[in-house]
Amino acid sequence: MSFIPFATAAWLFVIGLWGIVASTNMVRTVLCLTVVQSSTYLVLVGIGYRSGGRAPIVADIPAVTKLVDPTVQVLVLTDIVIEAAVTALLLALVVQAHKRFGSVDPAELRTLKD
Amino acid sequence: MTHLTVLPIAVPLIAGALLVALRPLASRWLTDLTSLAAIGAAIALCAILLAKAARQPFAYWLGGWRPNHGVTVGISLSIDPFGVGLALFSAVLVAAATIYSIRYFDAVDGLFQVLMLLFCAAMLGFCLTGDLFNLIVFFELMGAVAYALTAHRVEERAPIQGALNFAITNSIAGYAMFVAVALLYARTGALNMAQIGATLDGHPADPLVIVAMTMLFAGFLTKAAAVPLHFWLADAHAVAPTPVCVLFSGVMIELGIYAVARIYWVIFAGPMHAHLIALRAILIATGVITALVGAVMCTVQRHVKRLLAFSSISHVGLFVCGIGLFDPHALAGIATYVIGHGLTKAALFMCAGVLLHRFATIDEFDLHGRGREVPAAGVLFAAGGLLLAGIPPFTIFAGKSLLEQAADTTGCSWLIAVFVIVSALTGGAVLRVAGRVFLGWGPAEGPDPQQEQAARERVDENLDRREHTPPTMLLTPAVLLALAAAVALIPGAIPAIAQGAAQFTDHAAYQAWILRSLPVHWPTAASSHVSTEDVLYGIISTAGALAAAAIGLFGRPLREALPRRLGVPAVSVIHGLRRLHSGHIGDYIAWWTAGVSLLGGACLLALR
Repeated sequence: MSFIPFATAAWLFVIGLWGIVASTNMVRTVLCLTVVQSSTYLVLVGIGYRSGGRAPIVADIPAVTKLVDPTVQVLVLTDIVIEAAVTALLLALVVQAHKRFGSVDPAELRTLKD
Repeated sequence: MTHLTVLPIAVPLIAGALLVALRPLASRWLTDLTSLAAIGAAIALCAILLAKAARQPFAYWLGGWRPNHGVTVGISLSIDPFGVGLALFSAVLVAAATIYSIRYFDAVDGLFQVLMLLFCAAMLGFCLTGDLFNLIVFFELMGAVAYALTAHRVEERAPIQGALNFAITNSIAGYAMFVAVALLYARTGALNMAQIGATLDGHPADPLVIVAMTMLFAGFLTKAAAVPLHFWLADAHAVAPTPVCVLFSGVMIELGIYAVARIYWVIFAGPMHAHLIALRAILIATGVITALVGAVMCTVQRHVKRLLAFSSISHVGLFVCGIGLFDPHALAGIATYVIGHGLTKAALFMCAGVLLHRFATIDEFDLHGRGREVPAAGVLFAAGGLLLAGIPPFTIFAGKSLLEQAADTTGCSWLIAVFVIVSALTGGAVLRVAGRVFLGWGPAEGPDPQQEQAARERVDENLDRREHTPPTMLLTPAVLLALAAAVALIPGAIPAIAQGAAQFTDHAAYQAWILRSLPVHWPTAASSHVSTEDVLYGIISTAGALAAAAIGLFGRPLREALPRRLGVPAVSVIHGLRRLHSGHIGDYIAWWTAGVSLLGGACLLALR
């Protein structure tokens, strides 16, 4: 098992967080959020991978064939569905923010300063 | 009969989908009636399941994928008294919030009720599921619906910002938990919580397990709003429509606490047993910081909904301390406290909603004396403040006494001082608002002109004023407060909760009834008696709350007379704390990252 997917995932998680912290544009903030999330896909698929394993479609292959783990792939699908919904909602909110504030810079949104 | 188990989740989901489909046809009253009927059905179903689980907890296997010789690949709904009891409590609060919202909004397009139904389904699923991945999925569903509800008044500025901060923070928490689930799956090959726990049993805690545990704790503590993962909460509470705040503070953040307790006792109790002292220190430190920061921030607010939000953060701190005691009595105390706190806080938010509905402002100083027009709300608000302060012998007091007794027996009796301070400060802040708004006591001008201006700039919901408050908007909080007072006084309620806590914390028995369908019997939990000391602490915190309220109202000359050596550092600490709550999402995520790294670092160092 290679460490590359996990190292890449850790990198994506951290760089996505940094992007959100440093962002001056809410659209970029939302995209960085999807970068953070893509690290979870890599972890999941990396865990299910078996070297030399075939895609887990079992209709027409011998029963003894080595397969990659289908469970984590299903989890990734669920993960993607959630991401699609949340990203759509967030981008809609950013559009609204642009309409109401006239800006998408998080530093310009100043209604909640304590 | 057992197929009933999925219905509490399915009924609100299906009703929500139907309402979306029939939206062009359905009139307002039909929409309200359908959603109330669906929530009523969910309440009844949860009550049936609770009665069944109280006799014997049971697992329902979706699609009939039952475990084979104690090994499972199926997905279960695991019905035990605590989980289903919390589900029942959530459904009751959703019903109350829906009834309240009928007259609160002038015009609703039906989507609000749909979102409330989905929120209800997600919370019930979260309470009932026995599968770790489903727990995270319900967390995400609950989140997605909650973001949309927060931004329900999307034509205003503040809700958009609040919803963005809420959504981004909680999404990141969710992703951290996805990674944790993946790590646990890699180690155990299981997603069912009982199965993961059984596989981890007997192995020492290694870094992978510790990292997975930290990420799960961090994720759920973000939902529960523990400092410094809490920044989203005050923003979301300040801007969300009042019926939604009722659910956020009343039960949603407590679900985070429930999940931390559940995953500790089901999954990690085996490998972590040897490190109990270190883990206790970490959780109690988090809890105490949360409790104190929340209490201080609560007392300096003038935006009433923000004040209530910080009060919730403060109480979450107490719950985290309670979990950290790792004791069934403490858990029973938390459960009792959560019921009392949820009902009281829901009623207080509803009273704040009455003010907002009538006067189109929620600023304490703007409202100075104007609350005299709605004296009933004033009585309710003051009663809520006293209950929050832990006045004997009501539900919050009963929960707090259990927590205090547990703290005493675990050798952390100094925690009692924290509990008393939190009760006094948060209860006192509410009483202060009651005195200023409903009686016109104290000065009408705020101490800080800068804050004054910020309050003016803030756009609030429902900009029209009204001459009349609908009776349902006062009746609903009255009923909730009556419940908040009465629950612990029902004979047998506290022993039943203690019994549930004993079951909840029994790591081995949980695996037995889920994976092997074995009937389990627990000895009847010893009923604890409220001691004179507990009553004394209750009286002290109530008196402290009254004193804090009096200082808040009339204490300005006193504050100016304070010696500079003492006054200046205190003021600068409070200023510093408030500047941290900047509303800037980048700052919040920086704090989140720092908090999680600190938690992870502490766990890795201390739990080896």
